[in-house]
Amino acid sequence: MISHLTPIVDWLVVLPVVLGLGGGALLLVLRRVLRWQPWLTLLVLLGVILCDAALLQRTLTTGPVAMTMGRWLPPFGISFAADGMSALFALVSSLVAFGVVLALALEAPEGAVRDGVYPLVLLLMAGVSGAFLTGDLFNLYVWFEVMLIASFGLVAIAGNPIQLDATVKYGVLNVVATALFLAGLGLLYGQLGTFNMADVIGVAARADPLTLAATAAVFCLAFGMKAAVFPVNAWLPASYHAPPAPISALMGGVLTKVGVYAFLRLMVVLLPAERSLLVPGITAAAVATMLLGPLSAIAETNLRRSIGFLLIGGVGVAITGAVTEGAVFGAIVYVGQSIIAFAALYLVAGLLESATGSVDTRNMGGLYAASSRLSIMFLVLILGVAGVPPFLGFWPKLLLLQGYFADRNWLLVFSLLLNSLLSLVAGARLWSFAFWHARAEPLSRPRGYAPAILLTGTVLLLGIAPSLLIKAGGVAAGDLRDPARYVAAVGLAP
Amino acid sequence: MEGALALLVGLIFAAAVYLILSRALIRVLLGIVLLGNGVNLLIFVAGRVTTAVPPIVPKGAAAPAGVFANPLPQALILTAIVIGFAMFAFLVVLALRAYQEMDADNTDHMRLAEPEQQPQPPLEY
Repeated sequence: MISHLTPIVDWLVVLPVVLGLGGGALLLVLRRVLRWQPWLTLLVLLGVILCDAALLQRTLTTGPVAMTMGRWLPPFGISFAADGMSALFALVSSLVAFGVVLALALEAPEGAVRDGVYPLVLLLMAGVSGAFLTGDLFNLYVWFEVMLIASFGLVAIAGNPIQLDATVKYGVLNVVATALFLAGLGLLYGQLGTFNMADVIGVAARADPLTLAATAAVFCLAFGMKAAVFPVNAWLPASYHAPPAPISALMGGVLTKVGVYAFLRLMVVLLPAERSLLVPGITAAAVATMLLGPLSAIAETNLRRSIGFLLIGGVGVAITGAVTEGAVFGAIVYVGQSIIAFAALYLVAGLLESATGSVDTRNMGGLYAASSRLSIMFLVLILGVAGVPPFLGFWPKLLLLQGYFADRNWLLVFSLLLNSLLSLVAGARLWSFAFWHARAEPLSRPRGYAPAILLTGTVLLLGIAPSLLIKAGGVAAGDLRDPARYVAAVGLAP
Repeated sequence: MEGALALLVGLIFAAAVYLILSRALIRVLLGIVLLGNGVNLLIFVAGRVTTAVPPIVPKGAAAPAGVFANPLPQALILTAIVIGFAMFAFLVVLALRAYQEMDADNTDHMRLAEPEQQPQPPLEY
């Protein structure tokens, strides 16, 4: 039990959230000054990136950072705590948000700016940072809701009928998912009497695993819906292709990963004994998601819907981190890279759509001869998603395979390899239709390549030099397997 | 008392799921309201139902005297009610806009984002 208050440097943990909320409020005040909005947003996001980078640097060198608010000491006060996984995901998400806002600055219609696309993006990022960095389960629920209400606004931003249709499906499914999450929290509180994550680790270890496993199953369903795990994934392909491409990039890159993060945090760190009871169910869902995602992508001709199905396949890969002990490391690195890779892929898809004037790959074609920049970017990203060696997606899949081999889980080895093959086939089909097929009409010039080049360049560089990402993933996986440092940082006896 | 309330929570959940599975959007929304209230009741019961004094510290004392009720579940429910109300308000406005734009409150007819009767995907490369 600690008796001292948080030193001022540890307030760094809440800064990303404070900046997001404060920046969003400032932009609402300045809502009539449309010209300043993108630049102020970029400035705020730059601050968030710096805070997240400092946080990651501290978690990698000296271990988890934590603070508790007010004069209520843990486990009673609400704690914010960042370990390697939180800080890594928060940093990558804020980088993606920076690229997305750059893309919005170049191509967002004035109507969307007047409707408040920038304050909504900052509010979304405050929710995302809060969800990654909080050390309190009920607070996690609150950040989920902040994220949700901002994303509702973003999906419906231009107000086209197709977007309203998408928002209805997205909204209903996600509200039901958060209600289930809240029900799980009620059941957890009834059994453990605490919400502080560090405290839950200790109390849950002494509780009866069988009754707690039922609660863990409710959490699995709730976070599975958030992360779009089969069979509760139908909302994702119904909604992610409807808003403008930069919004798709932000949501496809970041939002589903928050679901995966919560899933890994709950199952691997907080309730490990209950997780081992649920392993057969999680395995079945992961394998089905891994295979059905890319299979659907092969049959889909709408470009961004097809990418959505590839994204679902990636979520299946990521949640295998909760199946075997050895896969945690690979799963963290996989999520870290897929946040940025899928955001870049959605941005490039937006460029393809504005170049060809169509959202359907059957009506595209001829891009290979017309634009070498688009060809290179699309190829790098699609090969990276499939996991072909020199690109970024290869390294986490290698780590995952090592983990599966160490635990002799041949089903997962086979599924992951098949997932990679099917993703490659789906990507090759998209490539063949959009780039190689003949085209009679001339192409129009898309407006801004810079954001897509920025994100794709990051993916390319990280693929050639992945050691930073892998080092961060290694530290994060260590803290997940043995949370003693995390508990001590929050200030509770292990 | 707790057993009866637990059964009631189960009943509300069942009714909510039934309504959410409906095709009419307005019933889905009613189901969501019901689900939110069921969850709030669940948290209330999970905090234990007692006939205890309110958790108010008497003047001059450091802690409430005797057995006192747990104030945390009520604070949680209050938060959840506020958030749930905001979400519901948004969904109602959204449903109204969707009805005006698409002339449909039946989810079977809301197929703009996922069009029906698309041609088969091409079988060659």
